[in-house]
Amino acid sequence: MLKVSTNPHMQTTRDTKSLMLDVVIALMPAAIAALLFFGVDALRVILTSVASCVMFEYLACRYWLKNGNTTTDYSAVITGLLLAYNLPSTMPCWMILIGAFVAIILAKICFGGLGCNIFNPALVGRVFLFISFPVQMTVWPKPYFLKMFSPDGETGATTLRMIKSIGKTADSSQAMYVLEDLPEYWEMFVGNTGGCIGEISALALLLGFAYLLWRRVISWHIPVMFIGTVLLLTSVLYWTTGNAKFLPLAHIFSGGLMLGAIFMATDYTTSPMTVKGQVIFAVLCGILTVIIRSFSAYPEGISFAILIMNAFVPLIDKFAVQRYFGEKK
Amino acid sequence: MPKTYTFPMGGIHVNKYKNTSDISIEFAGLPEFVTIPVKQHIGAPSKIIVNKGDKVKVGTLLADFDGVVSSDVHSSVSGEIVKMEALPNANGYEETMITIKVEGDEWEPSIDRSPDVVKEINFTPEEIVQKIRESGIVGMGGAGFPTPIKTSIPEGKKAEILIINGIECEPFLTADDRLMQEYAERIIMGARVLNRALGIQNAVIAIDENKQKAIDELQRLSKLYIGVNVRVCKTKYPQGGEKQLIKAITGKEIPSGKLPIDVGCVVQNVGTTFAVYEAVLKNKPLFERIITVSGNACAHPANYRVRVGTPVSFLIEKTKTSMDDVEKVILGGPMMGTTITNINAPTTKLTSGVLLFKGAEFNKHHQTNCIRCGKCAVACPIGLRPYAIKDAFLHNGGAAELKELHALDCIECGCCAYSCPAHLPLLDYCKLSKQELRKK
Repeated sequence: MLKVSTNPHMQTTRDTKSLMLDVVIALMPAAIAALLFFGVDALRVILTSVASCVMFEYLACRYWLKNGNTTTDYSAVITGLLLAYNLPSTMPCWMILIGAFVAIILAKICFGGLGCNIFNPALVGRVFLFISFPVQMTVWPKPYFLKMFSPDGETGATTLRMIKSIGKTADSSQAMYVLEDLPEYWEMFVGNTGGCIGEISALALLLGFAYLLWRRVISWHIPVMFIGTVLLLTSVLYWTTGNAKFLPLAHIFSGGLMLGAIFMATDYTTSPMTVKGQVIFAVLCGILTVIIRSFSAYPEGISFAILIMNAFVPLIDKFAVQRYFGEKK
Repeated sequence: MPKTYTFPMGGIHVNKYKNTSDISIEFAGLPEFVTIPVKQHIGAPSKIIVNKGDKVKVGTLLADFDGVVSSDVHSSVSGEIVKMEALPNANGYEETMITIKVEGDEWEPSIDRSPDVVKEINFTPEEIVQKIRESGIVGMGGAGFPTPIKTSIPEGKKAEILIINGIECEPFLTADDRLMQEYAERIIMGARVLNRALGIQNAVIAIDENKQKAIDELQRLSKLYIGVNVRVCKTKYPQGGEKQLIKAITGKEIPSGKLPIDVGCVVQNVGTTFAVYEAVLKNKPLFERIITVSGNACAHPANYRVRVGTPVSFLIEKTKTSMDDVEKVILGGPMMGTTITNINAPTTKLTSGVLLFKGAEFNKHHQTNCIRCGKCAVACPIGLRPYAIKDAFLHNGGAAELKELHALDCIECGCCAYSCPAHLPLLDYCKLSKQELRKK
């Protein structure tokens, strides 16, 4: 008995699972950086988050959703990793469990599961925790290299909070004092700076970016346009006002910009589908980030910027159409 | 390194599997019976002019063209007509076919069977078009559009360039590749005949990079002839698509709904060009063609010269393949070909390949949710958004919306469905949308 099917009779081996696995691999350098700078606490946060995300995904697919089981396609693993990367290393396990529940059940499964959600699940989880537990979410343990061998309980502020405080203070000598306290740029680049466990090392995140580009999981458009916009805007503001809160390189190398631009704004499901749309999306994300970081009460604005832009994706998709073949340029 | 040409929008890289490109063309032999469909082209079926019981020779006219868009059909064997009735074709649909019991191999005396290459063209353009029509030549790349219509330029239009399509971007198929390697000079003469018919001196033979032997051979020979040049194209699917090839060679884009001649181009497949050479300069009607028999279930892949009407099963037996090993039989290439259920069905003028497959690689993979990655839109060589066509078709089905999404421009290459990580049948939605739009 011969089989029949419609053409094409060949299909790519790059299925959803293999793409997602590549994202997980690309996120590994950041996990190593987290372990080096925050010690075993980082590992605890990552494992708790990934395990609970996968568990919620499994339960929902098993008992609720009817369109196939997506537990094994690594999408929940990515959500778990990204949620963990957006938390401080001191986050209690039960709070992480709540964050994972919100991320997977509320932000993903309630919308219909894989591919149907409007907002990035990990970011929804993070923002939920941020608003519910503002104290625990803003305690930043001091990072230092090879911390796992000599843990201590010291905490400090993130670079972005430090430079934000400069903008508020009228006393110029105090501003100088803060500036001296800032980590060196190379420290911010490799990860020796306060912050969430996955966002500290720009180097590790860029390695992941290179891997994603090499494996053609994502194109360069969203990360480059997003980071480029932030760099351009902060540079303009810094040179025109001279205010240290706009320090361009501090905005690029510390805080969640790299993590957000490379791994969260590029989430397939919650970003536009055409290149033109992706550029619009990324530039607007960048503008919103600078506005929130500079002019709101929060020192950090990546999560809000991406979530707000997520809501505009259907609209962007409707109008950012690529040129049809044979159409005038 | 000479310049290589390609199209800029979309396209994919697929595994080539061109393992038969070094295997010489071999005559498949004569089966006991041939069944010749009277419609092997786009347009009206041809009018049968023979009767049951008639004795025919190789090259005898069986059916005359009927209407403008139609084509002649000739006998591919000598023998007796035993049946003229509707029989199931490869897809199981009934079609009128002429069954001939093969007796010997006696050719019409008008056919020049000498092996010499004829290098003189002593015909007017009108005579050439007439000869092409009388020889029943159709586009052999797969579309089956009658060639005489393409060679007679409509009033007010002007051909500037003739592109001979030697791309063969489908995996596995090497029929055109072998033809170019073995009959390069005849193809060049065919191109010159077509040049003459079109009143131009500008033929370009386009070949993709992975056919180095064919490129070398044609480049060497084309230097000896005026008006025929070789262009090397990048190996990318669907480089052989008419729109993509014209874009690559001339830089021009055919606007939606227009034809190649609207941008001054005429595109002919190398197989068709070879048939034109034989028809015009050798008086040989189109009754045989080159077919690649290959695939991962094929025991001895080969390139055969096959008489039209030879059953598919005859070719499969010829490769010593047991049907127990075969899960899928495809006519054409794996990207655009169709699966068949009836292997006793005949091969036609349009059959470029018979592919025998087994195993997971050539079966449909498990479907999952659309993850909105947009890879289908990146892969589409026409700039369509297959995901949007799918949604419009499934949820609203509005003809206006499908039209706005340019669904009718789809060339059905299958790049979208190939590259979809969720393995969604995107091409099916595009095809259905086209049908929906054509209804109105």
